[in-house]
Amino acid sequence: MEPLLDPMDASEEPIGPEYLLHLYITGATPNSTRAVRNIKDICEQHLKGRYELLIIDVYQQPELAQEKDLIGVPTLIKMRPGLVRRMVGDFSDRERVLKALGVVPPPLATDRFALE
Amino acid sequence: MQEYSSSVASSLPQLPKAPTGIEGLDEITEGGLPKGRPTLICGSAGCGKTLMGIEFLVRGIQDYNEPGVLMAFEETGDELAANVASLGFDLKDLQARKMLRVDHVHVDRSEIEETGEYDLEGLFIRLGHAIDSIGAKRVVLDTIEALFSGFPNQAVLRSEIRRLFRWLKDKGVTTVITAERGDGTLTRQGLEEYVSDCVILLDNRVIDQITTRRLRIVKYRGSTHGTNEYPYLISEDGIAVLPVTSLRLDHEVSDEVDSSGVPALDEMFGRRGFYHGSSVLITGTAGTAKTTLGAAFAQEVCKQGKRCLMFVFEESPQQLIRNMRSVGIDLQPLIEQGLLRIEASRPTVNGLERHLVTIHRLVREFKPSAVVIDPISNLISVGNINEVRSMLTRLIDYLKVNNITALFTALINTRYNQSEMTEEGVSSLVDTWISVRDLEGIGERNRGLSILKSRGMAHSNQVREFVVTERGVELLDVVVGPTGIVTGASRLTQQLQQHAQALAAQQETDRRDRELERRRRVLEANIANLRTEFESVEEELRQINTEEQNRQQTLSSGNERIAAANPPRYNAPSAGENNK
Repeated sequence: MEPLLDPMDASEEPIGPEYLLHLYITGATPNSTRAVRNIKDICEQHLKGRYELLIIDVYQQPELAQEKDLIGVPTLIKMRPGLVRRMVGDFSDRERVLKALGVVPPPLATDRFALE
Repeated sequence: MQEYSSSVASSLPQLPKAPTGIEGLDEITEGGLPKGRPTLICGSAGCGKTLMGIEFLVRGIQDYNEPGVLMAFEETGDELAANVASLGFDLKDLQARKMLRVDHVHVDRSEIEETGEYDLEGLFIRLGHAIDSIGAKRVVLDTIEALFSGFPNQAVLRSEIRRLFRWLKDKGVTTVITAERGDGTLTRQGLEEYVSDCVILLDNRVIDQITTRRLRIVKYRGSTHGTNEYPYLISEDGIAVLPVTSLRLDHEVSDEVDSSGVPALDEMFGRRGFYHGSSVLITGTAGTAKTTLGAAFAQEVCKQGKRCLMFVFEESPQQLIRNMRSVGIDLQPLIEQGLLRIEASRPTVNGLERHLVTIHRLVREFKPSAVVIDPISNLISVGNINEVRSMLTRLIDYLKVNNITALFTALINTRYNQSEMTEEGVSSLVDTWISVRDLEGIGERNRGLSILKSRGMAHSNQVREFVVTERGVELLDVVVGPTGIVTGASRLTQQLQQHAQALAAQQETDRRDRELERRRRVLEANIANLRTEFESVEEELRQINTEEQNRQQTLSSGNERIAAANPPRYNAPSAGENNK
């Protein structure tokens, strides 16, 4: 995996995209598939072109579960920018996802209505 | 430890069990925890839940070659390793040998944002991976309840925990789950409803400023188990559970006899001593040589080439050795030979349970033939009468089962009327009870010894006076006075009187002998006189006879001469006739 980057450096990092997200899922379970769909949706909508999303199947690499201290699945770890944050769930609660990602969307509410 | 199962139980199929290797726990669970099933250990803070879990794993690895996984939710691997290092558990080494895996699960609510539906599959994968990578047979989940603080969605958690236990069962690993005790419930989160195969409750309570830890098996599905509360200890060797009473009362008995070390005391017993493996109690008031009797016994045991273990609660070993040397009992060489071991400690240093465990441990290490405890009455300062009694019961049982002769001394303080301590306490448990006491008479104290009971052999019913001399304890001969057995100065007086009487009798006899001799002499003198008289008469008669013969001879020779001068005539009469 990529080394955990210091948030300060990360913000200055010119090469990588602004958002680095790791999503840990467990195969094709309903929660996992839903999570993949939701997070992709959110990212495309709010972070288009500014993010890198890595999807890892823990079933394939079980040793990662201990390494990354996974408990609940699906788990999204926001590596940057800012502090490392963890999100558990299928990302159906968009408001919380965006808040955790640090995306400040003035047009968030309208977006949601527009989507629905 | 022995299996509880009798012949009936062994013939029936038994629930497979995973022995914990924890001292005493296997005994009360009758073989260990349910194999391949989860067991819940609950208790309040500081009970040793985590320790019990870790010991279960470590003993499993060391004693039963069953690798284990420790999933810790509260402490990190390093912290745990440091915590149990003092108990001799080297977690790092076990991990390096691929016998143990420690996985610290960090749960922090502030770091976790719930954004929708999820499950705990991550935990399953971690655990599954850990189990599979080392082929673990045992799993400990240390305070899985910590999850409740990290994940607010209780519905998910509960169904996932239920699924986890089901999954662990299916994997066939023996699992121990620890949980904090709740208010009015066994666990805070009601985990007991998920783990229903075996629940062990640990309790830590303080009574009279003394902490006692107790363990109880609340339930054990599919197996019988000890149902009482059992004290347990966290000692330097880990956890030790002490069944309150021995589960069996069918120990082997010996027909051998151990000498008490005091020959005259042996004489008071029908078989010249105590049965080997029996328990002997010596009670007495202060200063009645209880310790000396104990030391004499210890010395005798060692002289037979057997080992003896002494626990002294009042003196240091050096003091005991010095004091005993003054009465001719030299313990030092016996210690140097490795036959005797003296363990001294103040009773108040430890709780009763710890004393018991210490005794157990030393007995196991030293394998003595006899144990002397001096005195048991001091233990009362550490516990109440019931606790002391239960501890002594266990101790006596333990020693009996191991066929070790036990000698206890106990101080009876008649002034405070505490004699019931022994009477209700242990006297019914011991096989032989010797009482030593002060026989206080007119202006003096003497020591008296008597046998109150001796199971299985005849014994003297006399109160024997004894003295402690430079050569050890000596029982004095029984002196019966006009009012019974007398002791001390009275005994001396009595002995003097008897001596005087004997002397007088002797003189009388001598006098009679002399009288007889005198008479014999007189008679003998008479006999001699008579004999002299007789001899003189005899001599006289013989003289007369000889003279007569001479005369006759002279006469006859004279006649012959006459006849020769005159030729004889025919029909002349013989010379004799002529003489007449």
